[in-house]
Amino acid sequence: MAVCVAVIAKENYPLYIRSIPTENELKFHYMVHTSLDVVDEKISAMGKALVDQRELYLGLLYPTEDYKLCSYGYVTNSKVKFVMVVDSSNTALRDNEIRSMFRKLHNSYTDVMCNPFYNPGDRIQSRAFDSMVTSMMVQVC
Amino acid sequence: MADAALFEFLHTEMVAELWAHHSDPGPGGQKMSLSVLEGMGFRVGQALGESPTASAWPKRLPLSPRLPQETLAFREELDVLKFLCKDLWVAVFQKQMDSLRTNHQGTYVLQDNSFPLLIRMASGLQYLEEAPKFLAFTCGLLRGTLSTLGIKSLVTASVASLPTCKFQVVIQKT
Repeated sequence: MAVCVAVIAKENYPLYIRSIPTENELKFHYMVHTSLDVVDEKISAMGKALVDQRELYLGLLYPTEDYKLCSYGYVTNSKVKFVMVVDSSNTALRDNEIRSMFRKLHNSYTDVMCNPFYNPGDRIQSRAFDSMVTSMMVQVC
Repeated sequence: MADAALFEFLHTEMVAELWAHHSDPGPGGQKMSLSVLEGMGFRVGQALGESPTASAWPKRLPLSPRLPQETLAFREELDVLKFLCKDLWVAVFQKQMDSLRTNHQGTYVLQDNSFPLLIRMASGLQYLEEAPKFLAFTCGLLRGTLSTLGIKSLVTASVASLPTCKFQVVIQKT
């Protein structure tokens, strides 16, 4: 289950970032920040290689040493990145589940974009988006 | 299809409404209305540019904010333009763009031989001077979609005879 979800804009600033254990928030922010480097590396690597189907889902970015936390990445066509940090100690989350979580995120993000009251580039304040992210975060515990 | 007509009516009313509020019929006021229309199209294009995942809706559903998932690998500008001509045009106007020409130096001309927003007006040279107002929204739409996909551009439209119109896209190299 996800412990931290972040939506990062094209210019690499966060549009939305939320983590579950609210005491150590800074640690998760830092982790998301370092994951961005890995994301950038993957995007540029894929651009050079002659890959037929460039995947939006980037997969496991890197695991941390002691906490059993892993971060996963996903990039949209408009270079908006979704980074998700999951706690893999309770249940071994399968790849499919992570992909479906990203798909839900992408669909909700598209809905936010279509909202006429949302200006692209602002922080995401939509309650619908919030509740979708909450549902992803409190799945297990 | 009744749904396509809804957008056409809405668009016609938008243009009429923006023009009616002009007390100043000079060229300055007109330019402002054109840029308001273009701005609206730009915001819509930005939203449309977000390609979603597995759309459950059939491709023929008009004005669906969901574009097909296969539009992923944009390896170069030409791919993006082809996407505009095929998928975006089908999603908004239920038909593909008729021709795409380029000079390979950043200028593209997209030609539509029977543009749905103009086809109800006339076919020939009548109403030629009214036509540009009806193209401003679509120019903004193209510019907005290109901007979400990471391409800064300038889009202008020209009509030689209704309902054929050409959209010229010039990519701004920074």
